[in-house]
Amino acid sequence: MTIDWSWIGDHTDDLTTLTVSHLQAALSAVFFGLLISLPLAVVAHRIRPLRGVLLGLSNVLFTIPSIAVFVLLLPVSGLTRTTTVVGLTIYTLVVLLRNTVEGLDSVPAKTKEAAKAMGTRPLRALLTVELPLALPVIMAGVRIATVMSISLVSVATYIGDGGLGQLFTDGFQRNFPTPVIAGVVLTLLLALVADALLVAVQYVLTPWTRRRA
Amino acid sequence: MQPGKGHLMIQFDAVHKRFPNGTTAVHDLSLEMPEGGVTVLVGSSGCGKTTTLRMINRMVDPTSGTIRVGGRDVLDQDAADLRRSIGYVIQQSGLFPHRTVLDNIATVPLLLGHGRRKARARAAELLETVGLTAESGKRYPHQLSGGQQQRVGVARALAADPPVLLMDEPFGAVDPVVRTQLQDELLRLQKELSKTIVFVTHDIDEAVRLGDQIAIFRTGGHLVQCATPSELLARPADDFVADFLGAERGLKLLSLTPLKDIPQAPAPEGGTWELALDAARRPLHWRTKNTGEPELPVRPLRDTDSLLAALNESIASPTGLVARVDADGALTGVTSRDEIHQHAGQAHAEARVAS
Repeated sequence: MTIDWSWIGDHTDDLTTLTVSHLQAALSAVFFGLLISLPLAVVAHRIRPLRGVLLGLSNVLFTIPSIAVFVLLLPVSGLTRTTTVVGLTIYTLVVLLRNTVEGLDSVPAKTKEAAKAMGTRPLRALLTVELPLALPVIMAGVRIATVMSISLVSVATYIGDGGLGQLFTDGFQRNFPTPVIAGVVLTLLLALVADALLVAVQYVLTPWTRRRA
Repeated sequence: MQPGKGHLMIQFDAVHKRFPNGTTAVHDLSLEMPEGGVTVLVGSSGCGKTTTLRMINRMVDPTSGTIRVGGRDVLDQDAADLRRSIGYVIQQSGLFPHRTVLDNIATVPLLLGHGRRKARARAAELLETVGLTAESGKRYPHQLSGGQQQRVGVARALAADPPVLLMDEPFGAVDPVVRTQLQDELLRLQKELSKTIVFVTHDIDEAVRLGDQIAIFRTGGHLVQCATPSELLARPADDFVADFLGAERGLKLLSLTPLKDIPQAPAPEGGTWELALDAARRPLHWRTKNTGEPELPVRPLRDTDSLLAALNESIASPTGLVARVDADGALTGVTSRDEIHQHAGQAHAEARVAS
């Protein structure tokens, strides 16, 4: 299997466009996933009976094969980016929801008690005490969800989207390995860079975790 | 209500607390806490002392009865507003691990809407008040020792200058040496600030040291006796209180009596034992004319030291004499073992009569 470097040289613009589109799809999914998981996680954390229901539901959604999800969405949103993002978002929920609930659980009872006893109202306590302290666990979920989404985008090739995934179908159809290899390498690079950036973001956001006594 | 000592700051009137699981935490409690005084709630675990404390700032609401702070029923006030007006110190400090020491202390001023700059300036001031360096303000709680964290906890409770301070076993998790230091600091601070302090502990020695009045609770949430430390030690209401105070309660009573009224005599000169003094007349040690015998250490006592310390020193001293010094440490005279014994007995008799 040899790489046709001239093909890569001729298609840098296409590769860039596909990479950007791929990343957009993945990041949108994580963004909407967070938007949905955060409030649901707070509900699951505060109302015990709902926790099992919500976590169970996200597990069930996760077990639906990804192609099936896209097919099911087709009548609603058609062959669009929306279908891709909605499908991917469903898969991020299982990690984001679970990690956010676990993050909120990990906040020490003494600290929550102190916040309340100082006269902090519940919403402010959530935003300024509980979520910041849950951040390391939430970020672990965000990292998994991001890497997972980046690898999953390619599946949306079946509905005409799929970012770098389009290189795979192109390569297979023409029995020409270069686009396939380029697609794999770029997907890997995207995942690595995104993960490294998230580690950096967490480092900046949680200064109290890095200064040791 | 007029400010000043002697007025009632906190009143419990026939307060009951039953938890949903059916246990009674506090049973028919009526208790008054005077303004500017330290009330210590003691008792073994499960006696309702912490629940009593937590009802003052509505961390727990009573099942029936009334609690007034500064004359106002706590249930008539917004819980969050009430809590901001009452300082709270918890065991193991309960500091926010994600905020610097300075921002921890600034918590309540920030909640009250004071600007960040003003709140931080006030926090920096308080660092000094509780004996911490300005540099420690930039650190995170986990970078401080247990004792330092407790100081931050106290500073945080004082930040909005509340008239009432609730302290729930604040020194329970630090070692005995640090605990004594923190108790001393609290007494010093209290002399300056005259807060109304409610202090929960299971350590009777801590209660005797810090309390202006001590309330002893028994399992089931019953208040057994509330009295000044000396009254409590001299006349425990029943066997439960006597047991709780322990076998050395006679000695504990002596720890409350200062030396200042005990007469002193001139130090012996020319006898077998003499006090060696330095140029400022500060006692150095006991020395003897008998050759071959070593010098013996002396621990001179000031007027503010207790009769218990004097009794202890008189046993250790080779002559049975206790060296007395002024505030600068210069010798003023000696007091004999017999004199101390006699006054110790008197102190007991007086405490029994007074109460």
